[in-house]
Amino acid sequence: MKEFALIFRLKDLADFKPTPEQMQERMNWLAGIASQNKLVDKGNTLLPFAGSAKTVRPDNMVTDGAYTEIKEFISGYIVVRTETIDEAVEIAKANPVFKIGGSIEVREILKRD
Amino acid sequence: MTAVLCRHFGLKHIETAEDIASDTFLKASEHWAINGVPENPVAWLYTVAKNKARDYFKNLSVFETKIKTGLITDISGENDFELDTRIIPDSQLAMIFAVCNPANSDEAQVCLALQVLCGFSVEEIANAFLARSETIKKRLHRARTNLRNDNFQITTLGEAEITSRLDTVLRTLYLLFNEGYFSGTNNRLIRKDLCSEAVRLTFLLTENPLTNQGRTNALLALMCFQSSRLEARTNDKGEAVLFDEQDRSLWDHTLIEKGNFYLVNACNGNEVSKYHLEAAIAYWHTTPTDQDKWLHILQLYNQLILIEYSPVTALNRLFAFAKVYGNAKAIEEAEKLDLIDSSYYHGLLGYLYSGTDIAKAIRHYGQAVKLTRSGSEKKTLKKEIERLKSR
Repeated sequence: MKEFALIFRLKDLADFKPTPEQMQERMNWLAGIASQNKLVDKGNTLLPFAGSAKTVRPDNMVTDGAYTEIKEFISGYIVVRTETIDEAVEIAKANPVFKIGGSIEVREILKRD
Repeated sequence: MTAVLCRHFGLKHIETAEDIASDTFLKASEHWAINGVPENPVAWLYTVAKNKARDYFKNLSVFETKIKTGLITDISGENDFELDTRIIPDSQLAMIFAVCNPANSDEAQVCLALQVLCGFSVEEIANAFLARSETIKKRLHRARTNLRNDNFQITTLGEAEITSRLDTVLRTLYLLFNEGYFSGTNNRLIRKDLCSEAVRLTFLLTENPLTNQGRTNALLALMCFQSSRLEARTNDKGEAVLFDEQDRSLWDHTLIEKGNFYLVNACNGNEVSKYHLEAAIAYWHTTPTDQDKWLHILQLYNQLILIEYSPVTALNRLFAFAKVYGNAKAIEEAEKLDLIDSSYYHGLLGYLYSGTDIAKAIRHYGQAVKLTRSGSEKKTLKKEIERLKSR
């Protein structure tokens, strides 16, 4: 079994706070993964707002907010356990984030010992 | 009785204590059959056990010069088999705390407690853990050896130990209750005994400031809610009665109110344990049909499965999911689960297909009949198959 991080990205800060319906969908999705015993870590939400997010660059340059040079910002992550990356991708496809134009990056985890 | 004996002579002598206990009961059955039951049977039993124990240790000290002096003074001293006001005054409970020794893994602690204290067979423990009997046998053997090597006494437990062992103790009581509530045996009396013993011990934990935690109250609330339906969930023939078909007038409303009381107690802090979630689910089951009832239940199951995976939780969650989003969507979700060896899995799929695809439903129910070891469950499933065939 391998472990993969699913990293969620959103385009619009306005989408960050989910409606109760969206929240329910997300929870169903997450609990669905746990029901298959494939959830390693339910992860965390990463707050993108000024005051909760800063980006540090060379020469002590610090900017407010989440890193958005690529027009999307990271909103959170979870870790799943599957045989292959394709299986992890299948899990990701069912996430409701795509309905609001978000994306999910799937990355295999190399454990630091 | 094993618990009381061990408390006096140390857990090292657990096997001896068990032997003495069963000897005592044997003697009682012979003696009482001839002379009638004595006025105070409990005192009679303990006197016989005490004498047997003294004899045993007298013999032992002749052969074994190394025997601990403390132990000898303990048995020859003015020691009566009475409950006292130590931190945990109940022998049964004190023994559970003693057996839940971190020298063993959590799982082994629970297994041992179930065997020694609750009289579970290896088979019953294996069922409770969804494990093989062979595995459990080995685990128990190793655990007993560890305890003997550790050579501790029940009375030495301090506050710190009690606090740190509470979670395993709660888990033991939870499994004890579940065995009574869900076990395959048709003997309603035995099942009620297990349940009420679990309730009694958990109640004692809420009486003690050290162990009166949110999760303790939550567990007690869960047990009260479940117990309230004990009468309604089997019929006179000992067959299971499905939730929807239960006669609600048989539900014990005093117990439901007690459940509510302990659930409110449990929610005084910020703690959310699996017992909180399970108690909340059981609470929703006791309420009359509410429009959003199943949505609430699904949300609780979602949280529960994130705290701890178990096949049973996954399937119960799916049932709630079906109630909210319909059977078709639930079947899609079910197909992602790798539980084809579980009778409950096939039972659930049988139920989900029964409205749309009778052939498939019958096939799944048939699979469930093959997989289950419970006689009453087999009966219920077969009845369902007959019902579908006649449609």
